[in-house]
Amino acid sequence: MNSLIKSMSPKGDAVDENLTAHPDNVPLAVHDLTVAYHRKPVLWDIDLDIPEGKLVGIVGPNGAGKSTLIKACLDLIPRASGEIGIYGKPYQQQRHLVGYVPQRESVDWDFPISALDVVTMGTYRQLGWFRRVKRAQKERAMEAIEQVGIGHLAHRQISQLSGGQQQRVFLARALAQDAKLYLMDEPFAAVDAATEEAIVQLLQTLNEKGKTVLVVHHDLATVKRYFDWLVLLNMRVVETGPTDEVFTTSNLEKTYGGKLNLLSEAARALQAATR
Amino acid sequence: MNWTSFDTWLVVTAALCAVACALPGCFLVLRKMSMMGDAISHAVLPGIAVAFIISGSRDSLIMFLGAAIVGVLTAVFTQWISRFGHVDRGAAMGIVFTTLFALGLLLIVRAADHVDLDPGCVLYGAIEFTPLDTIEIGPVSFPRAALVLTVVLLLNLAIIALLFKELRLSSFDPSLADTLGYSSQALHYLLMTMVAVTTVAAFEAVGSIIVIAMLIVPPATALLLTHRLIPMILIACVVAVLSALLGHLGALTAPSWFGFEATTSSGMMAFAAGVLFFLAWCFSPSEGQLIVWLRHRKGPRDLIPPPEIS
Repeated sequence: MNSLIKSMSPKGDAVDENLTAHPDNVPLAVHDLTVAYHRKPVLWDIDLDIPEGKLVGIVGPNGAGKSTLIKACLDLIPRASGEIGIYGKPYQQQRHLVGYVPQRESVDWDFPISALDVVTMGTYRQLGWFRRVKRAQKERAMEAIEQVGIGHLAHRQISQLSGGQQQRVFLARALAQDAKLYLMDEPFAAVDAATEEAIVQLLQTLNEKGKTVLVVHHDLATVKRYFDWLVLLNMRVVETGPTDEVFTTSNLEKTYGGKLNLLSEAARALQAATR
Repeated sequence: MNWTSFDTWLVVTAALCAVACALPGCFLVLRKMSMMGDAISHAVLPGIAVAFIISGSRDSLIMFLGAAIVGVLTAVFTQWISRFGHVDRGAAMGIVFTTLFALGLLLIVRAADHVDLDPGCVLYGAIEFTPLDTIEIGPVSFPRAALVLTVVLLLNLAIIALLFKELRLSSFDPSLADTLGYSSQALHYLLMTMVAVTTVAAFEAVGSIIVIAMLIVPPATALLLTHRLIPMILIACVVAVLSALLGHLGALTAPSWFGFEATTSSGMMAFAAGVLFFLAWCFSPSEGQLIVWLRHRKGPRDLIPPPEIS
């Protein structure tokens, strides 16, 4: 049977290789991914296999291509080369399995819409074109917004929410997507301590339910506590694997280059100042 | 003041135009691309001229098609130039519409000089004459412009009613729309087509000044008065109708105060819309300047203290 497929395909070996590279039980498999903006590469030859049920941190310096990696996985930006498999298939066929939390600044928070209506958008995938939102979707959205602890703010217009509450709205919207794989772009950016704690608890709840969560993260001080799997990224994948093995000084130096010293000193100084 | 059925039809036509514009205008304003209406309404000129040159007739359907196609092309070119030329969308719009408008003027002057295709008429319209150009339906005769605008208005209403969820999603968060499988690109061009068709249908009757005003001012006024999208659309429609009515009343009465005969209704309608915006800005119950000033004067007395720290 295998040889038959090979003989039928013009690139028989490539087919076989892809089958092993994108098995159905791998939430996210990235193969040979290169992305460039105006001929300037941002991601170079990325190979990644994210195992199921992990809480994954994507860590790297500014301009390392962390957000770009997430956007490429969602087909939001064109890729120069490479393949991405979501549970073994291209994203277009697997939209229903993926939840997305974009950066908070990516939208206009003065838009005339309530928090609940934003969260309800998470359910639009099951609806399809022309179909109206019904009670089932509203109820699912209400559940999600209560899960992130801002049920009492559901009917507020979104500009009347604090930054942390807005971030929770985005998380609730992703929850309402009822996905198996979540991609989150800096959910911890500029949120208050209470929100940060709420997000961490939410991530752990998702983890306990067997979901896979990828989080673009900036704060090296909390990496070990939040994530059990890491991707160290600086245009290339510097290292990936279980946090305990990967989160080492030498790997971080490789990721951040000479800038790490400065960074960690700043982080330490900040920690000392806040505690 | 002498109000006749002529005035009634004029106001009805203008109100239909204003509402037809305000509907897609709400989404333009929310997408921060208000000037797209301005660009499209100018850029359609070469479409009209080319349609005239090719067909050799002033058949309005052919000119309408030519104009609508160029209108959508304006949106396409703007997108291309801003993406491949690395300039922001406002600049790209400026490049496209001035070039197309100039081309249109040249074509009209060179090729259609001897016929009645007046550039001035395109800009200011000829709303005073719309009630004279009528179509008989049964026993009643309607102004042709009013019928055309009714069709466009119903079309816009139907599209927004059918695709409300999709238009709102892609206006608020186009990336999410794309990840969920609702092509933000397709919805963008749908909206641009609505704007192009509305603009062309409207400016033939009433001129591009009102079109630009009604695409932007009523939605912007509504946004000062509400924080919800459906009420925003409804208020924008009311403001649009009021602008048409008050504008015409103003055109009839105001000039005599200054010793003039009469003034152009379309100009006064655009002006009335501006006045309504100013009133909303002053007296909006939530964030109007008056409320802000009163709050400021009252000082912190009416503020609710935050909860005690336990």
